[in-house]
Amino acid sequence: MATLNVLILVCLGYVVLLFGVAFAADRLAARGGGKWLRSPLIYTLSLSIYCTAWTFYGAVGNAARSGLEFVTIYLGPTLVMVSWWWGLRKLVRIGRSQRVTSIADLISSRYGKSNTLAVCVTILAVLGGTPYIALQLQSITLSFSIFAEADPTGLYREGSSVFWVAAGLAVFAILFGTRNLDANERHHGVVTAIALESVVKLFALLAVGVFVVWGVAGGLGPMMDQIDASEIGQWHVDAGRWTTFIFLSAAAFVCLPRMFQVMVVENDDESHLRTAAWAFPLYLLLMSLFVVPIAVVGLDLMPEGSNPDLFVLTVPLSQGNDWLAMLSFIGGFSSATSMVIVTAMALSTMVSNHVVMPIWLNTQEGTASVSGDVRTIVLMARRVSIAVIMALGYFYFQLSGGGAALTSIGLVAFAGISQILPALVGGLFWRGATRTGALVGLSVGFVLWIYTLLLPGMEGGIIPASVIEHGPFGWGWLRPQALFGIEGIDPMVHTVMWSLSLNTVAFCVVSMLSFPSPLERLQGAQFVNVFDHSVSARGWTGSVAQSEDLMIMTQRILGTIPAQEFFQAEAERQNGRPGRLPEPTPQFLERLERELSGSVGAATAHAMIGQIVGGASVSVEDLLAVADESAQMLEYSSQLEVKSTELSRTARQLREANAKLTQVSMQKDAFLSQVSHELRTPMTSIRAFSEILRDTEGLSADEQTRYSAIIHDEALRLTRLLDDLLDLSVLESGQVSLNMGDATLTEVLDRAVSSALAGGDRKLSVRRVRASERIPLHTDLDRLGQVFINLISNAQKYCDADDPALTISAHDVGGQVVIDFIDNGGGIPPEAQSMVFEKFARVGSDKAGGAGLGLAICREIMQRLGGEVAYLPGQGGAAFRVSLPLAYRQAAQ
Amino acid sequence: MSSPGEGKDRPSPVRPSLFLERQSYRRRRLADAARLLPFLGAAMLALPLLWPDESEGAQALPLSSAIFYIFACWGVLILISVIFGIAARRMAARENAEPEAETWRR
Repeated sequence: MATLNVLILVCLGYVVLLFGVAFAADRLAARGGGKWLRSPLIYTLSLSIYCTAWTFYGAVGNAARSGLEFVTIYLGPTLVMVSWWWGLRKLVRIGRSQRVTSIADLISSRYGKSNTLAVCVTILAVLGGTPYIALQLQSITLSFSIFAEADPTGLYREGSSVFWVAAGLAVFAILFGTRNLDANERHHGVVTAIALESVVKLFALLAVGVFVVWGVAGGLGPMMDQIDASEIGQWHVDAGRWTTFIFLSAAAFVCLPRMFQVMVVENDDESHLRTAAWAFPLYLLLMSLFVVPIAVVGLDLMPEGSNPDLFVLTVPLSQGNDWLAMLSFIGGFSSATSMVIVTAMALSTMVSNHVVMPIWLNTQEGTASVSGDVRTIVLMARRVSIAVIMALGYFYFQLSGGGAALTSIGLVAFAGISQILPALVGGLFWRGATRTGALVGLSVGFVLWIYTLLLPGMEGGIIPASVIEHGPFGWGWLRPQALFGIEGIDPMVHTVMWSLSLNTVAFCVVSMLSFPSPLERLQGAQFVNVFDHSVSARGWTGSVAQSEDLMIMTQRILGTIPAQEFFQAEAERQNGRPGRLPEPTPQFLERLERELSGSVGAATAHAMIGQIVGGASVSVEDLLAVADESAQMLEYSSQLEVKSTELSRTARQLREANAKLTQVSMQKDAFLSQVSHELRTPMTSIRAFSEILRDTEGLSADEQTRYSAIIHDEALRLTRLLDDLLDLSVLESGQVSLNMGDATLTEVLDRAVSSALAGGDRKLSVRRVRASERIPLHTDLDRLGQVFINLISNAQKYCDADDPALTISAHDVGGQVVIDFIDNGGGIPPEAQSMVFEKFARVGSDKAGGAGLGLAICREIMQRLGGEVAYLPGQGGAAFRVSLPLAYRQAAQ
Repeated sequence: MSSPGEGKDRPSPVRPSLFLERQSYRRRRLADAARLLPFLGAAMLALPLLWPDESEGAQALPLSSAIFYIFACWGVLILISVIFGIAARRMAARENAEPEAETWRR
């Protein structure tokens, strides 16, 4: 028979073992070895501090009372873990990038490093953690009492044993949890010890389960039959409680300070979540696998009225299996100790960083740089906090009388801590969430939780029965367990529903109505978009030389050697001179703040640097400066951009101009060679015939006349060519002055036809529709006549029909006078059509002796007159269309 | 903060193509699946609320069947998480291998 003394010895031995493990792991980590210390497996196992003594003992008790309902508190975390991809991953990333030390630090950091908020969360966490610690005390005490009952020789008094357990756990937590200051540093020793405890408690529960199923019930089949035959053998859950508890446990899983500690603060590598996402649910599944069998067997075996919370212990004991009972006791002890250690660590960090340090800083106003080691103060604050928290747990245990079922106490704690959820989730996913909103939401939820759940739950009449019955001052709608007169809801569901929903509503509404401070907005952007940028907000504008003060302060927080190393590294980074103190640049201050926040929390670090650097935090001016800087950069870059587009546009224009110049130069060359060619032909014949006239003796008068005529003709042709060239150059250079006059189209055409036909030697009949030609014109009549003459004489010269005829018709097309000249000849071949308006372009042989400038001149003239001349294909013969604007005619009417 | 206004108003020189290559597409759908998983879990765990209950006078479901169902759901969730964990590890490995990881966040 295991006596109480043996039990105490085993406990002490176990604690010594844990210490050894923690010590060894710390040593190993310090030497840089022990890669497995940072493995996903250790991480997953450390998460299992979720399973406290409450779940170890209480789950069976809960199953014995209400069937499968116990499983809800495992299902919630399972759902959270499987949604790690968009939930926990973000939380862990933020925790790492902001060097967050606790859940209160996270919330305060998100909402502009507000210490008020941190204090609120801390108070909430302490109040929520107190019943939870009381729960662990209760479970250990109860398990002791079981062995005490079985051991008649022992001198066991419950009251004193609770005290000693609480004191022992406090010492344990102080020794374990406050060995080093940097809460952001990984506590490899503690985490490894917790992992070991996780294995022990799982093994213990599985061992009891296997013993119950195969040792007592006789196998899986009989076990199932026995389950169905038992008093809880039928499916029965309250829908409200089922969903509420799943939700509540999921919320608490994220918000509980100790879970945050192991999940975020102690996280070594984000990718561990990937493994934990399935491994931790598997752990939970294994933990709950044998809960119902143990409960059913316990109900069957144990006498009426025995406490179902302790079936895990009493069933093996009643079967005479003392060693299994001992193992189970160690399992429960493990659950309780690991939970208490981590909770105490997390809560003491919060209390010292957010309550003690700010008060201390206030009392030492402006003297953060005075000598004296802050580290001892912080460490002392943490140790005292642990003691105070344990004491609170002890008093809660005494107050509540230790009578309530384990599960319900645990749920009270869950409901309390879940009040953080709206501010947390809102802070992670909603940039519009503000500090005021978070404060109001938290307060509303907190007050409701205390009023509707915590106080009515305490025995000893803190709230008089009359208030619970009729409400304060007889206001029925304020009854703690039936708010707004809605009765009949389960108290837990009632509290969770009202507190969380009103909390969320208050948080959202106040957030929307209030306006965040600049720092809040910066932090909000960084939290919500943590995957986009992990750069921190620029807050400090340290311009005065306070490096020495900063150095002194940092030494007092980080310790002399780490601080010096940090400053030297910084100096080296700044200017490559490790011997000096670094300049207090904003970047440096920011890094320093983050480094310090790893030890004392974001808000405190912020305040301490603020004391030294002055201008405590980000002012609107600073922000504006930052914004201004970026705006300037933006403007500068946009200016650069404008300039570069301008440059590229100019370059393009230059390229175009160059191409044009090349083209023009080529055109000029071609033109010159054409002109010289055109000039040479008549000049050659003039020279030849004049030489004949000069040198040949005895030319007949007839011959002389013929040769002179040729010379005259060629000279005329030269003159004409030069006239045309002159004309063209005048037209092209735009120096031509137009001699505007008024006439009808008929008059212009009459003159043109008669002068064109007068000199010609070929017969050309001209057909005209005089009725359509009565169009008044206001233009340079001579120039227009020149165009017409040219077109008519072209027809006369080039029309190859036997009986050449030219049809001239005038229309009014779309606001323009259009005059078509269509002959009945063969027309211009398609390949030449695009060329006819070019200079010196001639179709066919040079039989008519034209210079090929006529149509080019026509085109230039028409352009000057605001119209155009174009070749009109597909008319049977050669067809040209002259178009002139009608503007004048309309004006004349 | 890092690069204000970058890529917001003016098109970046290399316009990202409208469609992703097959692998990135798969990765995104995998992330979608990971997002949906908790909802699947919640739906599966809410289902027992519809089961007959002794209070309704109907033949209530035996507890052993309920245990089977719930633990089976649990197992399925864990299994899917394992598969997703493996896939996520491969994704991460590939992301580290190729630097264009930017494209695949959301």
